[in-house]
Amino acid sequence: MTDNVDHSKRRLLIAATTAAGGVAAAGAGAPFVLSLMPSERAKAAGAPIEVDLSGVTPGTMISVEWQGKPVWIVHRTPEMLEMLSKHDAELADPSSEVPQQPEYCNNPTRSIKPEFLVVLGICTHLGCSPTFRPEVAPADLGGDWAGGWFCPCHGSRFDLAARVFKGVPAPTNLIIPPHKYLSETRLLIGDDSKGNA
Amino acid sequence: MNLLTKLVGWIDDRFPLISTWKAHVSEYYAPKNFNFWYFFGSLALMVLVIQIVSGIFLTMNYKPDALFAFASVEYIMRDVQWGWLLRYIHSTGASMFFVVIYLHMFRGIMYGSYRKPRELVWIIGMIIYLALMGEAFMGYLLPWGQMSFWGAQVIVNLFASVPFVGPDLAVLIRGDYVVSDITLNRFFALHVIAIPLVLVLIIVAHLVALHEVGSNNPDGVEIKKHKDANGKPLDGIPFHPYYTVKDGLGAVGFLIIFCAIVFFAPDMGGYFLEYNNFVPANPMKTPEHIAPVWYFTPYYAILRAVPPMFGSQFPGVVAMGVATVIFFALPWLDRGPVKSIRYRGPIYKTFLAAFVVSFVGLGYLGLMPATPTYTIISRILAVVYFAFFILMPWYTKIDKCKPEPDRVTFK
Amino acid sequence: MNTFKKLVAAALLLVMPAVALASGAAVHLDQAPVNLEDQASLQRGAKLFTSRCLACHAAASMRYNRLNDIGLSDEQIKTDLGLPEDTKVGDTMQAAMDAGSAKLAYGVAPPDLSVIARSRSADWLYTYLRSFYVDANRPSGWNNTAFPNVGMPHVLADLQGEQHLVVEAHDGHETHKLELAAPGSMTTAEYDATAGDLVNYLVFMGEPAKLVRYKLGMIVLGFLAVLFVLVFALKKEIWRDIH
Repeated sequence: MTDNVDHSKRRLLIAATTAAGGVAAAGAGAPFVLSLMPSERAKAAGAPIEVDLSGVTPGTMISVEWQGKPVWIVHRTPEMLEMLSKHDAELADPSSEVPQQPEYCNNPTRSIKPEFLVVLGICTHLGCSPTFRPEVAPADLGGDWAGGWFCPCHGSRFDLAARVFKGVPAPTNLIIPPHKYLSETRLLIGDDSKGNA
Repeated sequence: MNLLTKLVGWIDDRFPLISTWKAHVSEYYAPKNFNFWYFFGSLALMVLVIQIVSGIFLTMNYKPDALFAFASVEYIMRDVQWGWLLRYIHSTGASMFFVVIYLHMFRGIMYGSYRKPRELVWIIGMIIYLALMGEAFMGYLLPWGQMSFWGAQVIVNLFASVPFVGPDLAVLIRGDYVVSDITLNRFFALHVIAIPLVLVLIIVAHLVALHEVGSNNPDGVEIKKHKDANGKPLDGIPFHPYYTVKDGLGAVGFLIIFCAIVFFAPDMGGYFLEYNNFVPANPMKTPEHIAPVWYFTPYYAILRAVPPMFGSQFPGVVAMGVATVIFFALPWLDRGPVKSIRYRGPIYKTFLAAFVVSFVGLGYLGLMPATPTYTIISRILAVVYFAFFILMPWYTKIDKCKPEPDRVTFK
Repeated sequence: MNTFKKLVAAALLLVMPAVALASGAAVHLDQAPVNLEDQASLQRGAKLFTSRCLACHAAASMRYNRLNDIGLSDEQIKTDLGLPEDTKVGDTMQAAMDAGSAKLAYGVAPPDLSVIARSRSADWLYTYLRSFYVDANRPSGWNNTAFPNVGMPHVLADLQGEQHLVVEAHDGHETHKLELAAPGSMTTAEYDATAGDLVNYLVFMGEPAKLVRYKLGMIVLGFLAVLFVLVFALKKEIWRDIH
């Protein structure tokens, strides 16, 4: 082979071709990777849902599905709300400092309207769905129990603002999903944007 | 010594990394006179990779169930992010695979690449071709449109014409009395794992056999006859960087054509994606017009050209089968003193030209209705097709060849 | 064996070049005014489709919110298209009538229209929508020159009016002509434009990603052309070694 090779030209061409080839490879790879993201069907199934609250009587809870996960809506009675402030010492994060809720729910009741709690029903420990136990001082949960959730998997306990008690496996309060009121009794879960929706 | 060299050294102590690289890439000596026709081998490999990768991503969203298959394809086309692109890449890739393979095979015929010592390279290549036909046929059922269904129905029924065992054989292939959900499910399994696995293995064997004997070239002379003091062929150049960069150029050129089809004409006027395949499979109603996909039509035309004999369509099926496997015999049919068309005489060139005309002509007729005129033309072309092979021992021997050069011609 | 022979016979008789597959029968087809860039036309077509066609046909692969691509907001989809009460914008287009009752009423189940423009072709659809004529011998009272003995009645008759088939004999062979017997609420030109809007929409619905495909294709080909020039220069440079 010959000696009079223009090495700088060759290096430049190799660099330019490699760079352009790299861009081509990245461009070709992008649609493949993006195809792994949720499809329109998954997005439609996970779209915000509207809930009618008129049937949720005081003291009861309904469970609705949003993005395939249970969302609980509890209509808390004045007595229940009153008890929320009485056990702060036993809670891990009584004032909700860990951002497990949108800004507008960072308040003592962890809700927009005090009576309605909207919370994602997934335990922050390992993802089980805790059981709703609204009764006060049942035999199995002890005399201190003022109503809340008990996780059957590993025994985590949450109060009626879905705040976690100290000394249980779950590290944080349950998550409050984004939501907003469309009217007095119509709730939209999954979307909290301002606007005329 | 930097970290990378260390790592390569560590691996090389335990695995033949550098020696494999040298044997098959950096010190594989290929003839320096490769021309345009030598792009198609590497292009076939690239299309295989494209098909496997796009196929994997389609498999993540496709449902091999007669109730959901058609809708799941439309789900890919609309709901899956970039799904339409994945699907068009795969459907275009299927047709382009055959374009590339047919040109690759024609190159082999033109330059006598099947001749001694490359018989096994050719035979393994033919097995790849047959496996590819099976792969394409089974894949074509998956969209579960009308053409998918009736194409599979007709082809599976070809097997039913085999004497004695035929009907049972057809039932065995389908797993049912008609093409059904069960057939779809098993074709899916064969299409996504069984045949691709076999394809990859025999393609590796194809390359290993090729690198054992070395590549042929447009002059059809052996470069290993003339070696320098180090034992390197005088007319050979290392595959890397010379052919990696040249094949890279071929690859980009091919991708320009490929992407033009994918983005601007993915159905290619009904040849790559047939219009009737946008109608869900209906076992109760045959579409008004059916034809196989273009890459099968030469053989389909031969099937139709043979009239039924003794009340059976079997002779036509046999003719079609022989037309596909007769390529296997080429290394032993060719008795010519030279390999390459460059030094062949006028008789061979005439026969080869007639063969190309018959192959393309049959491909066209396979798409057309079987009118009496077309049937007569099909029969003439089928005779030409077979004459190319059957008469080869005779005409290659008597042909007036030019003397082969001692070394390859370059520039 | 018998089935096989029939199948091969069918295959032998019916094979036609793939290019002719779209048309179905040998009817003269008028060219449809398809323009996917014309959002106003697509929106008119979408409204016509959801108000008229979705009564019996579904488009089960098409999500309502895909109409965002032709410039309709979610809000417009909800109000202007009269979305059924329990339907969300992310849902697919289902028929108002269930397939079973539709089959009872018309003899055949109305086909899903998601990809009808891809199987039938725009020109066929455009011709078909303008080729209905009154035929007392048909159960629905309607027939169609592009689709003889079609099960579907003319759902746009109030717009187009009633056509009659006029058969004229000219030295041995017949010619068929459609004549407007009773005009509808639109002139012929207006009706043709309306049918064109609907076909335009059906073409969009057949492949919503088509415009994206064209736009991306230009970029991809442009980039590959640059890459080709670079690799060509590199190949030339490296091959200077070889004599």
